[in-house]
Amino acid sequence: MKKEVKNEKAKKYGMVIDLDKCTGCGACMVACMSENNVPFKEDESNKLDSIAWMRVYKLTNGKPFPEADICYLPRPCMHCEGHNGHAPCVSVCPATATDYNHETGIVSQIYTRCFGCRYCMVACPYHARYFNWWDPVWPEGMEKYLNPDVSPRMRGVVEKCSFCFHRYQTAMNKAYVEGRRKLEEDEYQTSCAQACPADAITFGDLNDPAHAVHQIAKPDLKHGGRSSNPNAFRLLERLGTNPKVYYLSSREWVRRAGDNYLKKDKTVKKLH
Amino acid sequence: MKIGRRSFLSFIIGGAAGTALSPLAWKSMDDSSIWSQNWPWTPVPADGEVSHVNSVCTLCPGGCGITVRKVDDRAVKIEGMKGHPVNDGGVCILGLSALQLLYGPTRVKAPLKRVGERGEEKWQEISWSEAVAEVAAKLGDLRSKGKSHTVCSILDSDKGTVPYLFGRLLTVYGSPNFIRTPSIQDSYELAINLMHGVQASAGFDVEHADFVLSFGSGLIDGWGSPVRMFKANSNWKDSGSKVVQIEPRLSNTAAKSDKWIPINPGTEVALAMGLAHVIIKESLYDSDFVNNYSSGFDKFKQLVLDKYNPDNVAQITGVDSSALVSLARNFAHASKPLAVCGRGQGKTQGSLDEFIAVHALNALVGNINSEGGVWAVPDPDYIKWPEVEMDSVAAVGMQKERIDGAGSETYPYARYLLNRFSGVVNSEEESPVNALFVAGANPLYTISDSKAVKEAFSKIPFVVSFSSYMDETAKNADLILPNHVFLERYEDVPMPVGLQKHVIGLSRPVVKPQFNTKHVGDVIILIAKALGGRIADAFPWDNYEACLEETLGDKWESIVENGFWSDPDFKVPASEEAFNTPSGKFEFIPANLKSPLDFSPVTIEGSDISYPLILVPYDSMRLANGFIGNPPFITKTVEDTVLKGKDVFVEINPKTAEEIGLIEGRYVDIRTPRGKAKVRVHLFDGIMPGIVALPRGLGHTAYDKYIAGKGINFNELIGPVEDPVSGFDAAWGIRARLTKV
Repeated sequence: MKKEVKNEKAKKYGMVIDLDKCTGCGACMVACMSENNVPFKEDESNKLDSIAWMRVYKLTNGKPFPEADICYLPRPCMHCEGHNGHAPCVSVCPATATDYNHETGIVSQIYTRCFGCRYCMVACPYHARYFNWWDPVWPEGMEKYLNPDVSPRMRGVVEKCSFCFHRYQTAMNKAYVEGRRKLEEDEYQTSCAQACPADAITFGDLNDPAHAVHQIAKPDLKHGGRSSNPNAFRLLERLGTNPKVYYLSSREWVRRAGDNYLKKDKTVKKLH
Repeated sequence: MKIGRRSFLSFIIGGAAGTALSPLAWKSMDDSSIWSQNWPWTPVPADGEVSHVNSVCTLCPGGCGITVRKVDDRAVKIEGMKGHPVNDGGVCILGLSALQLLYGPTRVKAPLKRVGERGEEKWQEISWSEAVAEVAAKLGDLRSKGKSHTVCSILDSDKGTVPYLFGRLLTVYGSPNFIRTPSIQDSYELAINLMHGVQASAGFDVEHADFVLSFGSGLIDGWGSPVRMFKANSNWKDSGSKVVQIEPRLSNTAAKSDKWIPINPGTEVALAMGLAHVIIKESLYDSDFVNNYSSGFDKFKQLVLDKYNPDNVAQITGVDSSALVSLARNFAHASKPLAVCGRGQGKTQGSLDEFIAVHALNALVGNINSEGGVWAVPDPDYIKWPEVEMDSVAAVGMQKERIDGAGSETYPYARYLLNRFSGVVNSEEESPVNALFVAGANPLYTISDSKAVKEAFSKIPFVVSFSSYMDETAKNADLILPNHVFLERYEDVPMPVGLQKHVIGLSRPVVKPQFNTKHVGDVIILIAKALGGRIADAFPWDNYEACLEETLGDKWESIVENGFWSDPDFKVPASEEAFNTPSGKFEFIPANLKSPLDFSPVTIEGSDISYPLILVPYDSMRLANGFIGNPPFITKTVEDTVLKGKDVFVEINPKTAEEIGLIEGRYVDIRTPRGKAKVRVHLFDGIMPGIVALPRGLGHTAYDKYIAGKGINFNELIGPVEDPVSGFDAAWGIRARLTKV
């Protein structure tokens, strides 16, 4: 049986977020928080200590009225592959609390291993990781809505988006019981992708040509997963983090906002 | 022993080596870290059997289907219901957070009777039978004194069995004062009533429109049924349909539109008339519809040609005349153009002139009751209860004029005018309202000029709230009879707002009632039975559930099975039969209107000398601003340029800020003719110079610490501006001044 599993083609779960469709409504953030037992405090307006696995950023084009423009950019964990699984956070973790899963392409976070050194937070160029400065406290009665598939985190550990890995496990368990090895595309979806009322988030296996993410992102695996879709880009792509979250935008200024370009620089897609 | 340098060093090094080699230090550090991570107050959610329940969300009028994931008897997650005709799997941020409302600390856990002063929050728990007896005694007393017409109900809807039960109780008891909370529903209903001659809601076939012209409607900021609108917006992106957004501020809708046209606030009506001018002048209108199915076109034509040429309109609106002309051409040339209005999320009524002008635009391009257009959708007629038999007291009471003046000689067209309520109550020595029932509404927070509303409430001798939560109105009531939260109760949810088909959703108990609450429908039936006589006779049902099942009749089984009922054959009549006006046609100039409309821009309260700026509100999906307070999850998503700590930010154009000498983050006093508040400044290039904007949905003074005390309530800064013909509240902005503190 073990052998059979090994022969399975490796999956690479990834996401495409269409920024033209994203309305900035924030449903993905709350879908994530309620699925993953993310706690809340009385005041969450200090965004440095406000835990949001999925955070929607507001971008502005910096132009004066009436040329001003805004765009929203949802940011989950990018689940960087780096070079052969060397994601920035994975490389620095002294506790092996975060690891790159070659079977799924998902970067894990094991809370009980983490001892809170926060190297990974420093290493992550996307601010996707959050530290629990306090123990989570739910007002009396609210523990009732906690999801048993995800353990609430304690003070002193780092947490981040897991691409709802528990949903993958549940789907795989079900498939195994039914004698299958392969998941259908809609069997495993993250909470944010499922909730998005604008259908702006597409989730699936980037390695599977039948999946929508593959068809939209058109990843060029020989060139670190770079997309050949002219509207697609990844955040800070030139760092070589090889993220698995692709963004689509028809607006040039939005695509340029995805990296630290100098004025004379051309956006990535124009290089090749 | 003498301690020399050498022995000292050996002692230190030896000690260090000894400690390092001993497992004690490492072991205790390891133990303590494990121990500190296993403190028992980090909850371990119990596992159990997973199940799913389909229901309908009632937190806004959108009527989305939801699927609730349960683990044993706990609800753990709300998801959008796949295949539902409104939202097909999507779900909005508020619906997602509903479990925090269900299980949250802000619930009213039992019937409460006030023992301290109003608003002091000193309550005594009473039993349900005591509560019902108290209400019945009060009502019986008023009735015996011939004051039945001084009883009033405020609800968020007038459709479905619960509002019907309220209406029925009032009628048979003898009061005409059923009031629905204001929204663009009022203005659309009236515009359709006047121009089509029918009583109907506006439905928009947004899925099929290919050119959407929005007069400040927050299409993706919560206007209409939010999830449906998001999906429509995404479809427009895929199909290449165009959206043009007209408003003074770069809202999310404006940013996502194909063209944003900033406009002087309140002058949208002039722009609509200017567009009509170009369409008529260049003969771009749908001549089949206009010639065969409309009346009053010549008069309308004369009016727009005389008064609204592009140059005049440009001067009023600030919109460039060439932009106006090309917009009119693009709109008229599109194959399925659609014009919509009702600003932001549509929670204020707006000016009737504007709705008539925009609806006339739709008629000009012939998209009335057609694919991709605006439909006049009558209410589904599934509630067929026998007529009530009124006794003499009821008959007399029902003849009395309504407290809000709706339907009177001065305001013959409006059906509900809650905006006038506080003015009427405050203008009289003794309150003309002796008992007030509030259900599914929080007028103390949502109605503009909060100070006046609060004053009016304090004059009313008996206020009963049916709220599930300790909101502002409940906090200031005499009696709270808490309703079940929608996840604990049955209720029919007809007519999702803005939908052009007939859908009835069913809210159903997903979990058992968590507290000692009671269905508001049951309470009404109990009150009626306690009052006896003809009143009790009008309520033959044992309880609400029996009433609902009987009302839905043969639909009951399928609605329980699917979670909703929809009419696949629903159609509106063809243009030959659609209009019931005096002319039998669509009326550009409604004949039923006694005084002609003058299509003038909305008045903005305040003088421009003492208040040089204009303050407008903005609506955001991340701030629930209706009768539901923002749950903690949503507040968490609010940006720190909107809310920081307890301070809200006022948006201002950098140029205007520079003129006043303000920089980012600066504290300022904002003053309007109605109030003042301390806020901080956020520079935003997406707002017209001279205009400042504040979000709706903050500044609660009730609920719990996660909701209360953050920012300010916009309604404290603005007051109603009465629309001259309808009596609606037409205000969107108010004059304002910023001063440094």
